[in-house]
Amino acid sequence: MERRPWILLAPALVTIVMLVVVPMSFILVYSFYENIDLAVDRVAFQFSNWQALFLDNYYRIAIWKTLRLSVIVTVLAAVLGYIPAYFIAMTKFRQRWLLLLLLILPFWISFIIRTLSWIHILGNQGALNGLLQWLGVIDAPLQMMFTEATVIVGFLHVFLPYMILNVYVSLEGIDRNLEPAARTLGATPWQAFLEVTLPLSLPGLAAGCLLVFVLTGGSYVTPLILGGPSDYLFGNLIHDAVVSELNWPMGATLSFTLLVLLGAVVVAYSRLMGLNQLSKAFR
Amino acid sequence: MRAWGLIRLYTILVYVFMFAPIAVVLMLAFNNSQFGGFPIEGFSLRWFYKLAENEAIVRAFKTSLSLGLLTALVATTIGILASLALVRYEFRGKDLITTMLISPVLVPETVLAVGLLIFLRWLHMPRSFLLLLLGHSIIALPFVVLVVQARLVGIKKEYEEAARSLGASPFQTFLTITLPLLLPAVFAGALFAFTISFDNITATIFWRPTGMETVPTQIFGMLRNSVSPEINALGFVMIVITVGVPLLAGALARYFARKKT
Repeated sequence: MERRPWILLAPALVTIVMLVVVPMSFILVYSFYENIDLAVDRVAFQFSNWQALFLDNYYRIAIWKTLRLSVIVTVLAAVLGYIPAYFIAMTKFRQRWLLLLLLILPFWISFIIRTLSWIHILGNQGALNGLLQWLGVIDAPLQMMFTEATVIVGFLHVFLPYMILNVYVSLEGIDRNLEPAARTLGATPWQAFLEVTLPLSLPGLAAGCLLVFVLTGGSYVTPLILGGPSDYLFGNLIHDAVVSELNWPMGATLSFTLLVLLGAVVVAYSRLMGLNQLSKAFR
Repeated sequence: MRAWGLIRLYTILVYVFMFAPIAVVLMLAFNNSQFGGFPIEGFSLRWFYKLAENEAIVRAFKTSLSLGLLTALVATTIGILASLALVRYEFRGKDLITTMLISPVLVPETVLAVGLLIFLRWLHMPRSFLLLLLGHSIIALPFVVLVVQARLVGIKKEYEEAARSLGASPFQTFLTITLPLLLPAVFAGALFAFTISFDNITATIFWRPTGMETVPTQIFGMLRNSVSPEINALGFVMIVITVGVPLLAGALARYFARKKT
């Protein structure tokens, strides 16, 4: 066996094993530890954390809320994102590179700035209220901020480029002659799209949906900035347990649960589609 | 065609949705009002002066900058080595190793952060700058590997083999043949890593030592139901750094490439 590839891989592998693989297994062990006081815990093998997770309604509600919100954001992102991706892939517009560049640009712009920018749009002093008041549609500012809807808008704004990019990549790979061929065989433009282009673009759509779903399901910062007190996700419970309550064993239990829930989605996806589609967006 | 017109209009609206809020932040950074929002009361640079005088922000800025640069260095170095192994050699277990290397993107960042934090605490290693550096590096590593791998596949093995047959050592071959050809991907990967680190907040909130702030956590701490004008100005500066610098570098690279030919 050749040794050189292993020497080249060693730094990356050691880093990943020590900082990702081992800690991910360790949180399972830690979930059986016993929390005694703030930031104080004891080595143990007991099930109180898991019991709390399964019996306390609080956690079940959070799982439900997270699932619901992730589905809403994913579906909206697919609907909002598919058409622009189609336009970019099919347009004869000479400056297509500009549209693509603009699509990659948000990845370079600070997440927290993009998220808080919605306060300028939807807040009481925001652009939308200002516009509506100026038009005389409303007298007093509408209360739009800090609701589930603003959280959804914030997520969409940040994750939409992932969706568009993934759909674009798979539309771009489709043979341009297929749709005209379907047309000459008597299909209407809509039929040609539904029966030729759409099925061929599904891998990209699925990759985009997976990314948006998993990224939304694992978040906690967006609801803190744009949501009200009842807009929390499972990630917020982890944040509370670890940062505010300093209950590390519970934090580990919740983290492991989130890992399993979202991991199941990733595994199901990779069984169906393989993970290759995901890396295509980088080429 | 009418349908196509609708598609175009829809696309324009989606782009407006993506960029209008950002444009508003950029605009409000120059607003001469003591509040962070509308209405606009005239042009002023005073929030930028305020920003430069705010010690907490300047400190957070320096932390973020050094963290980003070091992350880029670490992630790019180990990422290039790993990509070379994955693209240039055949060995058993390659698929498993590829999956492991990109695993940090597959694991939810919150979980990654808590797992690493709890594990290091168990090892009696408190939160530190080093934890932030290592943590940011593993988050950036998958992106570096994907970018570098994609480029490496396009570089013909024959160039390296020719250098080797002319007597160059593997290391010389790498330095004089592979690396120069790989340079665009190295820069792209490093830029990616820098931006990921500079922008990170999800994991940073868990990993930062008490009292240490990066720019995103500093902004997060300053948010109290409203946005202060200083945050707008800071947003402007951050966008100029993470968007302006790469765009300028790309444009310059293109300009010089054209000049040569």
